[in-house]
Amino acid sequence: MTLPDELTPRAVHDAAWERSLDRVDSVVTCMDTVVELADVVAVIGRFPALAGASLSVRQGEIVLLRGSNGAGKTSLLRVCAGLLPVVRGHAVVCGYDVTTDRTAVRQRVGLLGHNNGLYADLTVAENVRFWGATVGASAVETAAAMGHLGLDGRLAEVCVASLSAGQKRRTALACMLARRARVWLLDEPHAGLDAAARDELDATLRRAVDAGATVVLASHELDRAGSLASRIVDVVAGTVRNATTGATPGPTPANTTGPTTGATTGATPGTTPAITTGPTGEQQS
Amino acid sequence: MTQLQRRRHADVSAGEPRTNRTLAIARLMAGKDLRVELRSRVLTNQVLPFAGVVMVMFGFALDDERVLQRVAPGLIWLATLFSLLIVTQRIFSVETADGALDALRVAGVKPSGVFLGKAAALVVQLIALDIVLLLLALVLYNSEVTGAAQGVLLVTTVLAATCGLAFVGTLYGGLAAGAKGRETLLPLLMLPVVAPVLIGATRATEAALNVGGITMQEGWAWVGLLGGFAALGAIGGVVSFGAMVEE
Repeated sequence: MTLPDELTPRAVHDAAWERSLDRVDSVVTCMDTVVELADVVAVIGRFPALAGASLSVRQGEIVLLRGSNGAGKTSLLRVCAGLLPVVRGHAVVCGYDVTTDRTAVRQRVGLLGHNNGLYADLTVAENVRFWGATVGASAVETAAAMGHLGLDGRLAEVCVASLSAGQKRRTALACMLARRARVWLLDEPHAGLDAAARDELDATLRRAVDAGATVVLASHELDRAGSLASRIVDVVAGTVRNATTGATPGPTPANTTGPTTGATTGATPGTTPAITTGPTGEQQS
Repeated sequence: MTQLQRRRHADVSAGEPRTNRTLAIARLMAGKDLRVELRSRVLTNQVLPFAGVVMVMFGFALDDERVLQRVAPGLIWLATLFSLLIVTQRIFSVETADGALDALRVAGVKPSGVFLGKAAALVVQLIALDIVLLLLALVLYNSEVTGAAQGVLLVTTVLAATCGLAFVGTLYGGLAAGAKGRETLLPLLMLPVVAPVLIGATRATEAALNVGGITMQEGWAWVGLLGGFAALGAIGGVVSFGAMVEE
């Protein structure tokens, strides 16, 4: 028997998700600032991971953090998630100060870092149900989250320990989907995924943004991530360059440790594809 | 900031449906930990055999039936402590293996719920362990429970001591979880702290097994100490687990 379109797990999930976001977003406009970092300094041990980083991200944007290894991309994401303390400056996410309202911030963000945050001895379905349950997601919502990532078939009952790297990544994204995170912080989200899974990930991120989420991702795969992003900012030695909202981003520097120069478009590796600034949706349609 | 305050007001007035009550999270965590244990069978395949081997080795070392009978209560709780170290490291290695502990922090899950859930899962596993150890003591060391009153004291002792060990184990397990050299750090931190449980549980068990000249009344007094220790451990864990995991 075939379900009507509006009753498919994906449609039900989309509706539930949009409802949960609408409750918040009906009060504010879609141009609100979701992430506001002002001259943020954060240290790991005695090393200044961020040295006065400033960044403003509006709701509905997909912002790509670009930079060399050790430039501070991951640290910036961890500050936004409230995992790395701010020792100077000011960081506000979803209207909550990261330093004083850390719990409130964390309930609204999802971070997918180098680890997936999964339990290897549990199945895919058990993992997604667990993370969904932390925010009170229903069984239908978690099933739909798995459906979004193509995990609702035989994979659902497979232990995570038996999955490939790409399948684990998809499971982690399904968990984030089930958690209804409003700000998605993704560190190298395409790593380990095959071409089909990457396409599915990109589509998932666009759907999330369409539903009101905001995405900040760090990636070295500039051809893939650049085409997805509505704005690119450079992270250089713990600071953020080209961070002005609405500015046309510069090109991918050949060496990202230096400031941005010149302008190139296209989708070849090492260059920045055409970028649309402002609210997302324009380039997606 | 006006815009951000407006956003905050919107969040509050929207009343996002979020299940983050401590007990709900505790149930969720305990269920997850027990499911992981059922799936991986680390307790049954590794910890229980380890505890059994320890009991047998004590028997070899002392090699005197009367001595073994006399010191059986202490041996039971020493074996429990050694096994506690393994079980505690196991329940936190599950969280750190793929960054789940960080994910729990990012999810804004109440640390007190995580603490109570993990402690509850630890209690269940330790009780299973204690039952096996007591049975082994009856068989290997000729220990015996002579009456119903002694049986009640023994069961109460096991419950109170196990709760104390589980709360302290969870607290220190969380503290050591992200630390370098946590395998050696955990015993170093935890064993001195659980010394009162070792003493109290041994004395109370001596009363229950009718060895060492400890009266039943004294045994119940020791159980009171164990209960107090467990209560302090629970309160301390609920209050400070978040800060410990965060650091």
